[in-house]
Amino acid sequence: MEFGFKLSPSSAVNLDQVDLSLYERLAAIEPDLRICMACGSCSATCTAAPFTGMSVRKVILDLQRGKEKEAAKMLSGCMLCGKCTMVCPRGINTRHLILSLCRIYGTKAKEEGK
Amino acid sequence: MIYQGKQKIWSEYQKEIPDDHWYYVRSCIRQNFFPASERMFTEITRNVLGKDIYETPSHTTCGGIAYHCDTIPQETVMTIVARQFALMTEAGYENYVASCITSFGNYAEILETWHEFPELETKIRELLWKACKKEFKKPKYLAHSSDLIYKFRGEIAAKGRFRLVDKETGEPLRIVEHIGCHYAKMFPHKGVGGAEYPCVLSGMIEAWGGQVIDYPERRHCCGYGFRQYHVQANRGYSLSNTHKKFESMEPYHPDAIITNCPGCPYFLDRWQYVIAEQTGKTYGRDGFGIPVFTYEELAGLVLGYDPWDLGLQLHQVAVEPFLDKIGIEYDPSAKYKGLDKKDILRPGLPQNLKCF
Repeated sequence: MEFGFKLSPSSAVNLDQVDLSLYERLAAIEPDLRICMACGSCSATCTAAPFTGMSVRKVILDLQRGKEKEAAKMLSGCMLCGKCTMVCPRGINTRHLILSLCRIYGTKAKEEGK
Repeated sequence: MIYQGKQKIWSEYQKEIPDDHWYYVRSCIRQNFFPASERMFTEITRNVLGKDIYETPSHTTCGGIAYHCDTIPQETVMTIVARQFALMTEAGYENYVASCITSFGNYAEILETWHEFPELETKIRELLWKACKKEFKKPKYLAHSSDLIYKFRGEIAAKGRFRLVDKETGEPLRIVEHIGCHYAKMFPHKGVGGAEYPCVLSGMIEAWGGQVIDYPERRHCCGYGFRQYHVQANRGYSLSNTHKKFESMEPYHPDAIITNCPGCPYFLDRWQYVIAEQTGKTYGRDGFGIPVFTYEELAGLVLGYDPWDLGLQLHQVAVEPFLDKIGIEYDPSAKYKGLDKKDILRPGLPQNLKCF
């Protein structure tokens, strides 16, 4: 039956079911990942953000929700300028965190033979 | 925790609800959706509990539905509400009880606004006088009708014929409670249990023998959201909200849902049909849905009223499996008979949602 409106795809994330291995792998190398308070200072100061949608805060959030593909796509917009590192109130070296994450993605791609 | 300390903290979440002498105002939409609910409220409070509940046909909508749809300004709503208070004053009452959650929230919001901005109250008094030569006193107590049923839940249980218990197993029935957003989310101190522990419905469920189900999206909106439904282009959003709630409560296998808002039972009931038609999914057992009741309907069932006199035939989701579980007698052939025993016509049956 046609009602003229439809169900939207659910955006619910079941944290009991998502794969957090990438987040844990990154946290093992970059323990500071766990002290991020998601204030968004990194996103606010990001030069690439208005043009590419890059946001370190969102990258971390995506990893916490097991959304690896979305995080990888967002990372491709980063220019590694390091402004986010300068403004982080928790003193997280976000630039290094991004590099470590890219390294993990690279290793993972090799492991999967891509 | 020390028991006395816990009691002291809990007392801060309580609400003073006077025993008797209430001026009752109906909802503008409930009688179309669940026609016997408000009738059952007056029946229970007046005839079962012996309370003085006064209502007048002169009262109108509170304007809340238009206000929350962004179609009229707040001053207009305030003047409508001032007229309602004038009717209460003329009738000699001080305790105001509203049947609708949005009305309740609307009254609470207006009284709070007048408290913060007395000059606005003066302006509204002038507007009311110019419009209809009426004057008013503000109500001493404001309550939602579910507050009263909550207050007298013990008496209802004591006088009841049935309990919310599976007659075969003796286990309490698993009930989901859904409280309207405008009850305590806007003004927490106006609701029993506040916004953190609203227990107006869970108190009824427990008093009547049922078991309250806690589930992740328990405090999520039913999906009505006024503009989300009234604007047709947004209706998918309303449906998706309700879908989210059902997906969240499904693993807990609820036997029924109880609500205290005009919109919530309507959308939780009707959207089950739409979800079933669009996705083929049903949330009850054996292809049925989860029946949704207003608290007056459930109180009526507990007290032993005939399910068809409670208007349960107008629900989209079949209520018969729930009635069978408790052991409430009903005549299936009388389901679509009116008060004069004439046939009121049968609705067409849905494709995917099992109904009688």
